[in-house]
Amino acid sequence: MTLQQELRKRLEHKSILLMTHLVLGYPSFEVNKEVIRQMAENGVDCIELQIPFSEPIADGPVISKANQKSLQNGTTVRECILFAEQMAVEFPQVHFLFMTYYNIVYKYGERAFLEKTKKIGFTGTIIGDLPPEEGQSYVAASRELDLAPIVFFTPTSTFERMQDVAKYGEGFVYCVARKGVTGKQTALDEHVAVYLEQCRKATDLPLAVGFGISGAADVQKLQGRADMAVIGTATIRLVDEKGPSAVGAFIAGLRD
Amino acid sequence: MTGVNSFSRYRELLLKSLKEKVVDTMKKGYFGQWGGAYIPEVLHATFVELNKAYDLARTDKKFWQEYVDFMQNYSCRPTPLTYAENLSDHLGGARIYIKREDLNHTGAHKANNVMGQGLLVKRMGKKRVIAETGAGQHGVATATMAAKFGFECTIYMGEEDVLRQRPNVFWMEKLGATVVPVTDGSRTLKDAMNEAFRDWVSSMDTTHYVIGTVCGPHPFPEMVAWFQSIIGIEAREQILKQFGKLPSRVYACVGGGSNAMGIFQGFLQDEGVELVGVEAGGKGLETGMHASRMVGGKSQPGVAQGYKTMFLQSDEGQMLDTHSIAAGLDYVGVSPILVDLGEKGRVRFESATDEAVLEALSLSMRTEGIIPALESSHGFVQAIKEAPKMQRDEAIIINMSGRGDKDIFTIAHAYDDPSWKEFIIQRAEEYKNRV
Repeated sequence: MTLQQELRKRLEHKSILLMTHLVLGYPSFEVNKEVIRQMAENGVDCIELQIPFSEPIADGPVISKANQKSLQNGTTVRECILFAEQMAVEFPQVHFLFMTYYNIVYKYGERAFLEKTKKIGFTGTIIGDLPPEEGQSYVAASRELDLAPIVFFTPTSTFERMQDVAKYGEGFVYCVARKGVTGKQTALDEHVAVYLEQCRKATDLPLAVGFGISGAADVQKLQGRADMAVIGTATIRLVDEKGPSAVGAFIAGLRD
Repeated sequence: MTGVNSFSRYRELLLKSLKEKVVDTMKKGYFGQWGGAYIPEVLHATFVELNKAYDLARTDKKFWQEYVDFMQNYSCRPTPLTYAENLSDHLGGARIYIKREDLNHTGAHKANNVMGQGLLVKRMGKKRVIAETGAGQHGVATATMAAKFGFECTIYMGEEDVLRQRPNVFWMEKLGATVVPVTDGSRTLKDAMNEAFRDWVSSMDTTHYVIGTVCGPHPFPEMVAWFQSIIGIEAREQILKQFGKLPSRVYACVGGGSNAMGIFQGFLQDEGVELVGVEAGGKGLETGMHASRMVGGKSQPGVAQGYKTMFLQSDEGQMLDTHSIAAGLDYVGVSPILVDLGEKGRVRFESATDEAVLEALSLSMRTEGIIPALESSHGFVQAIKEAPKMQRDEAIIINMSGRGDKDIFTIAHAYDDPSWKEFIIQRAEEYKNRV
């Protein structure tokens, strides 16, 4: 079954799906593991594992710092992949995706990276700085390997652009809820509702909405408008402030 | 200079040579396999708009005319080509000419690009500009442009650089800009660039990001090279008039590569003219403390900050810290156009150590009374090395991208000058006592 089909199946029993995010090696792989366990046990559907990069241009201060600290800890790409493999084995109920920037993929070897991603049981990849124009071979190889290359819609996308971009995507579309970088609060107002209607018209793929989604109220507002809510910075902040043990209750409280 | 008509004539030649030799048959924004536009999707519409504005401006003769007129009135263009007679006699060999970009308003070639982009911003109807800066030259130039054109202005500068380059921060603020110290990463130029991108992804409706060099996503490398081509257009005409024939070699320092691209474009189609780019050798290539991407074999192809080029990075793709005595050359990447020209054998790359730079700077000051910036002094190093081995009937040009006297803090520090240090200590005491 493709990722899209898997997500559709889950949507038969859930009003909205959840995707969470964490930066590998921040604050440590041990904490990562505990956070993932709590997320998995509380019904998270997808998890993005971000391989840290020294130049994370699309990320806000919290995730940027997490990237930087992880690298200062000496995190390597190879360690990230080994860890990811263990997680996929241990938590088969979760769909895992790699999130990173293109240089990490490029330096590993695009084809080799995607083959490895497939082999360890991951379902897709999210690359923050690879527009479809530059990612032709990446999209083709992903499709060939039955991996989902995730594409982005943004509030600055025209309807035509959305339709174009959607052609290159599989799995779901990552709809960025507002302009700017990760981690700032988004007001889920009428504008977002209109934007999500546009997104819905532009593609048959499920819609995941992220950037500034931080609590149950946000998730509730997205129900009926989107298929998956993406919680990124909020859990990193939570772990920073209260430790990994706080994650389970937080996740459980996001959906009724 | 015979004035404006000559610009459009050379411009056509240039575009032709750029098309044939640089732009290649590759997709838009690529130079050989280098360049591209690796941007977050949220910036797609902004780049569509910018490409449109740039294409319109590029094909509009009136725009170039407006640009040249403005630069003549506001920034002392055409800048002179000075025959360095004493230095030439001292060294023997080739006759050395110096292209005086130091005489631009704000003291460096940076003004060429910034004022050009300023005119473009006016056309696009945007009201705010942002920029990254390392040493602060590009920041000061952008703040100046913003003041002149009435734009709001925010400059991102690594925290390290804010501390090292206080005088430039002072000027930016006095010119009305907001200077934001960047605390991420290595807190230098590349981190300032990342932060400027982060501003831009939320402010693009009203804001233009004035990238300071021939790097970043398309159309920046090509567009900045276009504005800087004014250097080469002038220099070619000037050397023909003064020396009667083309130079054998043209030297320029290479950080991102904007001054080098500027002067090189004037001679791209002249196959007999060798183009030499000089990178920051820092404390020596073997120490790892340098910013040499094209020589030394330490860099690798990569994609970051929106474009594909040779980066100083780890095998896994994490960017490395760089070092140079000249903050303006202290950068992990290099222009995709220059990498392509290097691969095609059109540009030769060399590197100069911090130590050699100070020697060359001293020689230039003593023999010619000319104070090149530490960045520009890199070009002097290589020219001084090679000139004596050349013939008296040959000429070479050094592009003096900026002036050094306004960087008195940096240069005095680099020379470790005792009386300067004493002065600073005294001044500090005075301020302390007043507080």
